[in-house]
Amino acid sequence: MHEHDVIVVGAGGAGLRAAIAAHEEGADVAMVTKLHPVRSHTGAAEGGINAALRDGDDWELHAYDTMKGSDYLGDAPAIETLAQDAPDEVIQLEHWGMPFSREDDGRVSQRPFGGLSFPRTTYAGAETGHHLLHTMYEQVVKRGIQVYDEYYVSQLAVTDHDDPTERECHGVVAYDIKGGEIVGFQARNGVVLATGGDGQVFDHTTNAVANTGDGAAMAYRAGVPVEDMEFVQFHPTTLPSTGVLISEGVRGEGGILYNSEGERFMFEYGYANNAGELASRDVVARAELTEVNNGRGINDEYVYLDMRHLGEERIYDRLENIIHLAEDFEGVDPAEEPMPVKPGQHYHMGGIETNEHGQTCIDGLYAAGECACASVHGSNRLGGNALPELIVFGARAGRHAAGKDLGEAEVPTGPSAKSEDEDSLDTPVEPGAVGTSDEDVAADGAMVDAENVVQAAVDAEQRRIDDLLEREGTNHAEIREDLQKAMTENVNVFRNKESLKDALETIRECRERYQHVAVSDPSRTFNTDLIHTIETRNLIDVAETITLGALARNEFRGAHWRQEHQERKDDEWLKHTMIAWNDGTPDLYYKPVILEGEEKEYEPKVRSY
Amino acid sequence: MSTQVTEQETETEPETETDHQERRMAEKRERADMRERAEEELDDTEETVKIKVFRYDPEVEGKKDPRFDTFRVPFTKGMTVLDALIYARDHFDSSLTFRHSCRQAICGSDALFINGSQRLGCKTQMSELEWPVRIEPLPHSDVVKDLVVDMEHFYDQMEAVEPYFQTNDLPAADEEQRQSRENREKVKMSTRCIWCSACMSSCNIAAGDNEYLGPAAINKAYRFAMDKREGEDMKEHRLNIIEQEHGVWRCQTQFSCTEVCPKDIPLTEHIQELKREAVKSNLKFW
Ligand SMILES: Cc1cc2nc3c(=O)[nH]c(=O)nc-3n(C[C@H](O)[C@H](O)[C@H](O)COP(=O)(O)OP(=O)(O)OC[C@H]3O[C@@H](n4cnc5c(N)ncnc54)[C@H](O)[C@@H]3O)c2cc1C
Ligand code: SF4
Ligand code: FES
Repeated sequence: MHEHDVIVVGAGGAGLRAAIAAHEEGADVAMVTKLHPVRSHTGAAEGGINAALRDGDDWELHAYDTMKGSDYLGDAPAIETLAQDAPDEVIQLEHWGMPFSREDDGRVSQRPFGGLSFPRTTYAGAETGHHLLHTMYEQVVKRGIQVYDEYYVSQLAVTDHDDPTERECHGVVAYDIKGGEIVGFQARNGVVLATGGDGQVFDHTTNAVANTGDGAAMAYRAGVPVEDMEFVQFHPTTLPSTGVLISEGVRGEGGILYNSEGERFMFEYGYANNAGELASRDVVARAELTEVNNGRGINDEYVYLDMRHLGEERIYDRLENIIHLAEDFEGVDPAEEPMPVKPGQHYHMGGIETNEHGQTCIDGLYAAGECACASVHGSNRLGGNALPELIVFGARAGRHAAGKDLGEAEVPTGPSAKSEDEDSLDTPVEPGAVGTSDEDVAADGAMVDAENVVQAAVDAEQRRIDDLLEREGTNHAEIREDLQKAMTENVNVFRNKESLKDALETIRECRERYQHVAVSDPSRTFNTDLIHTIETRNLIDVAETITLGALARNEFRGAHWRQEHQERKDDEWLKHTMIAWNDGTPDLYYKPVILEGEEKEYEPKVRSY
Repeated sequence: MSTQVTEQETETEPETETDHQERRMAEKRERADMRERAEEELDDTEETVKIKVFRYDPEVEGKKDPRFDTFRVPFTKGMTVLDALIYARDHFDSSLTFRHSCRQAICGSDALFINGSQRLGCKTQMSELEWPVRIEPLPHSDVVKDLVVDMEHFYDQMEAVEPYFQTNDLPAADEEQRQSRENREKVKMSTRCIWCSACMSSCNIAAGDNEYLGPAAINKAYRFAMDKREGEDMKEHRLNIIEQEHGVWRCQTQFSCTEVCPKDIPLTEHIQELKREAVKSNLKFW
């Protein structure tokens, strides 16, 4: 068993920032990650990172844009924290040597992005995430922070008090991918989950294959509620064959969207008469699909994004990466012809419920980055706002986990009074019960010490994995494929009650089938079959919460569009969807949105661009 | 536009950034044509492609002796080598093991030896290759299982060059350091490395001398040595590191690293430039 003060699970932008922050507080920190840090998906981010750095801009404007972008489903204290901390954090990155693009006077460059009232998206070519990831990993190397890379964390070591808010997290259990052992990690102070997104729930996504929602699913099963899971962002410009992302930077620099008639449809059909191509992502994604559905798509599937008019010099200066992506993955040279694009799953606004210090309702368990929901993006994330989220909330979670007092949190966490149960939703099938809660939370309440809690979790995990390896049964890949297809067909940009119910039925069938899953590779060394099998379980849990949340929310807000409910219903729905795992049954309840900030109260307005 | 400042002593023809782009675009067009031809010849629905994949698992009877397995996978337009591997794994043999994640040439985890050269599986179109396609782990590294190699040595070499930004005079915490556009351009290509290890695997010198820092690590040193924000003293320090016995002077400018680098980093050129810088800085001390 390994023992450290702070254990950070995941080494993307959020995990690296958390580790550095905890280390700066003097903690003995270790990172445990299934991929080597530089392989994390943060490296794929292209467009940039928002921070109010210039005269004429300030954090209040950034906060306002973010609140409006969220369609008034963000919590003001979290949003204000994001906007306030971002400038220092970005300058910090600069001081760590991040190779930002530069202005003539040597300062870092900023560009316009969708939904922003000021060009505050700071960038490094079209590879901002790559540079952010590498710069922070360099700092981790510099500080000698211990990294356990290629360790797959499959379980949290949490006490089994009945009430989740009384549980404590003492560490994690991991499979050492190369060595083949199941290993315990005990955290003296805290565990920070920074496991990233869950795009693999869908079959057309910009996300990496490793983005399987592990952290969210583990925290959920350990008793932390997940928040606003129905809000999935579909990016309007992904390459049709692979889902590879064409950055919003292309539209930021002046790229134009055309339909098959050669019409600039964002204006032509009034989807966004002011902002056009630069309207918020949900607006553009819906516009594209409407074009396709109305027969104005190309091959009934996609539309065109054109950047030829920008000129080769500008393209090479700011968007060179796009040329390579379009060429390598779609066989199209965007300097000569427009690129085919369609919406694809891109980002998950929802996630593990945390406050603005990254704390969850379980003592000693923190979350940051895309797996978490401090509630800054609400129902729709603005481009360029995820990267500042990683560093702002990563740093805060790391600091707090290391014992620093960050003051009273204003965003409350923890299961509250349950206001609605699943029965009222008219769901078609009974929830399945894969894994019971006593396998998911370890040890016996407060009776045992921390080490025993971790050891008990290790033992339980050992038994589960031995069983998976030894028995005969179904291969996870079949289940995963059916799940992804059902989600893409039914829980996509456009949603309706029937399709959501269909999806839920398939998800629960997948859960049933998962009872009989088995790993056919008998080897302990680098067993990716085993890892994918465990991940598939996580995908099922995440998919269920997304679909349940979507079925319950009878309104149209941000990225969540419902055919039968074409308006935002502020009277009824200014609230967060919360789903808690209660002995194998998802419990649904709500908590109010906080619109009151430090100085002012944000007034919900109609969102037009 | 010309930023890859090359001086006359280089053994190679100096290549400017513009030339480089033109060459790349020409190559691209050629490849696109090839792809189109290949696709025209094929009937999407029926065509299958054979891949021959290296297999080895020290733990499993029957896989202890390395062998090649052949899989027939349905060919589809735009299919990459990684797509073919995933298909084979998910439909035929779930124990087939390889690293992959981003599928967009940015995570660096699927560098493989494909038809005899180092490439990223996700970035290599099947239609560009001669069939059957032969897929092996990166040469000159220990194989852990199937296509997975041990990366520790590569990481150690990267860490040996102090791969992190260091400077003694930072501005106040809320103030940016300035960097000229030119200086950013100067280091731009070097910052693109995704740690895939293709270059290291292709390098004969690295194969023969285990302590040689290798192209990726030297490129990492270049990235910092050329960054003016670090200051002159630090540059000296960096040059000292890469001048060690198993550093830049081992490079025999064979260009194999530059040829395979999926990020088009002009590695050999960077190594040559560091050699010149090292000579210049030694002269200064005499
Ligand atoms: C293509 C693309 C482009 C984007 N562009 C932008 C942009 O321009 N601007 C912006 O603001 N945002 C952008 N985003 C969003 C943003 O990049 C992501 O939200 C963000 O990088 C997620 O970072 P993270 O640290 O939370 O997770 P990741 O970087 O995904 O890291 C997750 C880490 O967790 C580890 N992990 C996961 N599961 C386990 C497990 N079970 N055990 C151990 N370790 C585990 C992984 O190894 C990895 O290290 C983009 C996203 C995509 C997909
Ligand atoms: S220099 Fe190129 S080939 Fe070498 S590790 Fe970096 S990206 Fe890979
Ligand atoms: S899968 Fe990431 S580089 Fe190929």
